[in-house]
This record gives sequence, structure tokens and C-alpha cells, in this order.
Amino acid sequence: MSDTIKPAGNSTDDVGVLDADGQPISSTQLGEWSLSSDIPREETTLSGDWEMVIGLEVHAELSTNTKMFSPATNHFGGEPNTNVHPVCLGLPGTLPVVNGKAVELSIRLGLALNCTVQRCVFARKNYFYPDMPKDYQISQYDRPLNINGWLELPSGYRVRVERAHMEEDTGKSTHVGDSGRIHDAGYSLVDYNRAGVPLLEIVSHPDVRGPEEAKAYVAELQQILIATEVSDGKFEEGSLRVDANISVRPAGSSELRTRCEVKNVNSLRSLGRAIQYEAQRHVDLYESGDKPVQETRHWDEEGGRTRPGRSKEQAEDYRYFADPDLVPVDPSPEWIEEIQASLPALPRERRAALVELGATVDAAVIAVDRGLDSLAVGAIEAGADAARVLSHVANNLAVEGAASLDSDRFAELVKMETGGDLTATQAKTVLAELLVSDKSASDIAAALGFEAMDTSELEGLVDRLIADHAEEWDRFVNGDDRERGKMQGFFTGQIMKATKGQADGKVVNQILSARRG
Amino acid sequence: MALLDRLSAVSEPLSRDDVAKVAGLAMLELSEEELDTFTGQLAAVLEHAKDVEALDVADVSPTHHPYPLVNVFRPDEVEVTDVREAALDAAPEAEDGQFRVPPALGEEP
Repeated sequence: MSDTIKPAGNSTDDVGVLDADGQPISSTQLGEWSLSSDIPREETTLSGDWEMVIGLEVHAELSTNTKMFSPATNHFGGEPNTNVHPVCLGLPGTLPVVNGKAVELSIRLGLALNCTVQRCVFARKNYFYPDMPKDYQISQYDRPLNINGWLELPSGYRVRVERAHMEEDTGKSTHVGDSGRIHDAGYSLVDYNRAGVPLLEIVSHPDVRGPEEAKAYVAELQQILIATEVSDGKFEEGSLRVDANISVRPAGSSELRTRCEVKNVNSLRSLGRAIQYEAQRHVDLYESGDKPVQETRHWDEEGGRTRPGRSKEQAEDYRYFADPDLVPVDPSPEWIEEIQASLPALPRERRAALVELGATVDAAVIAVDRGLDSLAVGAIEAGADAARVLSHVANNLAVEGAASLDSDRFAELVKMETGGDLTATQAKTVLAELLVSDKSASDIAAALGFEAMDTSELEGLVDRLIADHAEEWDRFVNGDDRERGKMQGFFTGQIMKATKGQADGKVVNQILSARRG
Repeated sequence: MALLDRLSAVSEPLSRDDVAKVAGLAMLELSEEELDTFTGQLAAVLEHAKDVEALDVADVSPTHHPYPLVNVFRPDEVEVTDVREAALDAAPEAEDGQFRVPPALGEEP
């Protein structure tokens, strides 16, 4: 059994996008877009003097209670065909009615991607395949809801977003055959639970230049979807799906060569691998005097390669036309403003807030990805050391419930650590306890017996150890670097053992150096 | 859409092949005789569309729907409809709570 694959075809290929007045949007209207800015771009990972040209199409399922055009439950999983309604089944006499919440969420994402939100219409995309019982999918074509936006990567580079339009998801057909391959005889089983789930298709311009940049774009889009609560952004449940349009060209040229659309990419890692494979395939074809043909290809995760999708040429003509069952959506300026005002701080702004407080960009990315940035900001503003705070966020707080930790309690812990009251190891232990109890860091440290060791106490201990281990001490004082390093480890280990790990390693080293003279 | 765009762009008359292609896309099996009939009829429709093209519509905003309505929305509230058994019973074939269908249409066996 395997998931079947739809006929090849690209819903938005070469669509002339129109603005609200019905005027085509030309690329010059998109504003000055400097591709040669100061922002460092990904180095080419291709052989020879080639660069990649990548455009991404991301499908995100919206977090609504019900489907796009029917009041059936929008819920992942469940027994087959239980979340269905006569509309999802395309039964005669049924009519679609637009879910207002789905439109609101779509505008929300459009605004978060800096798009122009415009009057739009739904269109029928006609094709025959059992995953759509009506024999057409309701989508948007030349008048999408959101146009002309951009998404800024953590590097600062902005990828232009051509459009983000509304559509309905398809059902799921599972082929049952001898080898589980679609072209074998056999039959398919169809489950319409997913049919009609509201989707946003977000289409970028071909501004992406490499696998890492593509992954950064999708990861950022995923963060935005989650932050705005437009979608749960889960790859593993199919809430997020990515197709990549890939071509290559001689480095530095501005031509656009034949592209292939790679589908079936189910994780960020697969996306990077698929792009690298497909782009190199194009380079190899050009360098051997051949050239790629425009087609849809499927990523084969196990084989680490892309394979052509099998489709009849004519299947690419979807005969789009405005759906007469649905009237246009024309969001009022007041509604758009209201939605704009309700947008939360976006990941980009949240990273900037942390960088402002002294975080590196990488540390800020991690903190925001984990949803721990407000904890970090709170702790830093309460006087805790930024570097220590972010180090804990990166290394010790990748756990359930960390985001609900009180920033003042966290700040107290970090201050105890930087003040020398706790060693790094002790701080980690106290932190783990902080997450599961409501005691303060100092109370937890006291209960665990993590008293700061008096330096004079430590000195006494070091002196006793020197007396007990005269031979080792001699090797420490008179040995070569290697020997000294070994013996330093020996004495530190003994001290840690004697103090049950409570001694501060830095202080121990200072005492050892001082005694050595 | 692409076909119609091409036709209007180059003012080519609709050909029998065009009609055969459109019929194929719609999965209609037309006899030779029917192809001739429909080529004539469809060509007449396109001719009529050209009459409209001749008008100056610069000041006319496009009509996407005959009703002067926009934003007809439904609240995001679940309506439980237990249609599974009835729908599967009405299907030509069903298996394990799913619709059983022939291998993907349009694919080679």
C-alpha cells in the first residue's frame, strides 16, 4: 500500500496575477528588489560555475474548527470518512459556503507576509481524480487574496512572496496493489476526511539560491504560521507541505532556465537534499550537452533522488474558471486593519528584541524557535547575564513546560550562577528542579546542599590533597605540559569527588596555579 | 483557459482538434459526427465572444458573479452529519470504511 500521486501539474504555473482593478502585476511594480545587497547569500553547492534558482510553494492547512466550504470537522486523523459532510462528498444539490474564519486566518498570514490583501474570487481547477469527488478543486487563480509580499530570513535577506491564496485540500487515496505502485493493476481506497480542509498556498518568487536558504525560508514561514496561529505547521501531520521549483543557470546571469517541480518533500531535511539532487541533475545534463525538460518530479527519500511523475501532457490543462457557486471575497479596509492590529509580534521582531539585548542571531533563532524568547527577554531584563540565559535556553531548556517558567525565578538562578554561588553543573541541576517545583532557585540550591564553597575551605582541601599526594603534586609542578595537564585533571577530580561536585572549577584552577607558584 | 487565451490571442478559428482536446480533458467520448457538430457550435459561441471583445470596456469593472454580493460567510461551527454509512452504501464499492475505486484514472494500467 502506498499513497498515490496526483497527475503532474502546477496549479499556479505562469498565472498572470491581477490586482484589484484587474490590472496585471508586473515585476517592476514589485518595487526595487536588490538581489545584490550586502546580505551574505548561500554559497553555491553546485559543481562548476552554476547557481540555483529556486521558488517554493508551501501548502499550509489552516487551524479552523471546520472545513473551507462545509461545516464538517477539520481534524487530523480519525476513522476514514467520519469527518465528512455532503459538501465534502460533492453530492448533487450541495453548495459550498465560505468559512469566514478561514478567510480571516488567510488575511492574517497575508499581512504577516507583508502582502497586499485584495478583493478576490474562487476558481474551479478541473481534473479527474478520485481525491476530489466533485472533479474539481476550489482554488484561486488570477485573483488571489494576498499578493506582493515578502518574507525576511534570519540572515536579513528578503524572499518575495508572489501570492498566498485560499483553496481546499483534497482527500487521501491509498493504492492497493501488488507492489504498491500506482501504475499496477489493483484498486484505490479513498478517505475524504481531509477533503475540503482549508489550505493556503504560499508561492515565492524564484529568489532562493540554495538548499540552506530554502530550508531557512520554509522554517521561517513555519514559525510565522505558528506564531500567528494560522496553522499548526506540522510536517508530520501534513499540515505543511512543500513543492520546490528548481532550475540552474550560469552564476551571475539573470536568465531563467527550464525548471522542474519537485513534490513529495516531507521535511526540511528532505527539502535540502531534494534541491541539491535536482539542481545537480540539471547541471550534469547541461554539462553533457543535454537539457532538462519541464516536468513534475517526485522526491524518493530512500533512494535519495527525484523521479519523473507520469502524466499525460494534457492533464496539465486545468481549465480554470470562476466558481459560479461562490461570490467574491472583498475584505473591507476596517476588517484588514482589525486583523493587522491583532497580529502578535512576529518571529523576526522577537529575534530583533533579543539581539538588541545582546544575543547573537543564532542564539536568538534558537530561543524564538523554542518559544522561549519571552522567558529570555524577561530574565535578561531582570538583570540576568544575557549569554548565560541564552546558553541555558539552547542547552538546558529544550523540555516541555520550559516556556511557562517564571522569568524572575530563572533570572535568580542565572544571577546565582554568575555570582559564583553555583557552579555550571549545579545550576543545571537547580534549573531542572525549577521547572517542576514552585520553589525559588536559592531554596532549591539550599535543599540540595549546594552551598557556595568558601574559598578558604577549598584552599584547606587543596592543601590536604597536596600532602596526601606528594608524588602527583611533584609531577604537576615539575612535569611537562602534558604531564601537568594530566595531574591538573587528577587534582580537580579529587576535589570534585571530595566536594560532591560543588566546588567551582574555575576557583579550583586558580588555587592550584597559586600553590604551584 | 490556456486554449481559449491562445485562440483569442491569434484569432485562429476553433479547430476540430481543439474540440477533441477539450473533450478529452472533460473525459467525453465524442463520435466523429459529434465532433463536427460541436466544433461548429463552439466556434459560434467564440465568435459571439469576439463581438463583446470589440467593445470598449475600459470603464467597466469585471463581473465575477451575477449577484451583487460579496463576503457571504458561514461561522466556523461544526455541524455533525453522520453520512458515512449512507454514502458508502450508495457507492458502487466500499471497503474498510473507504470508497473503493478503480486504479487512478488517466494512468496506464
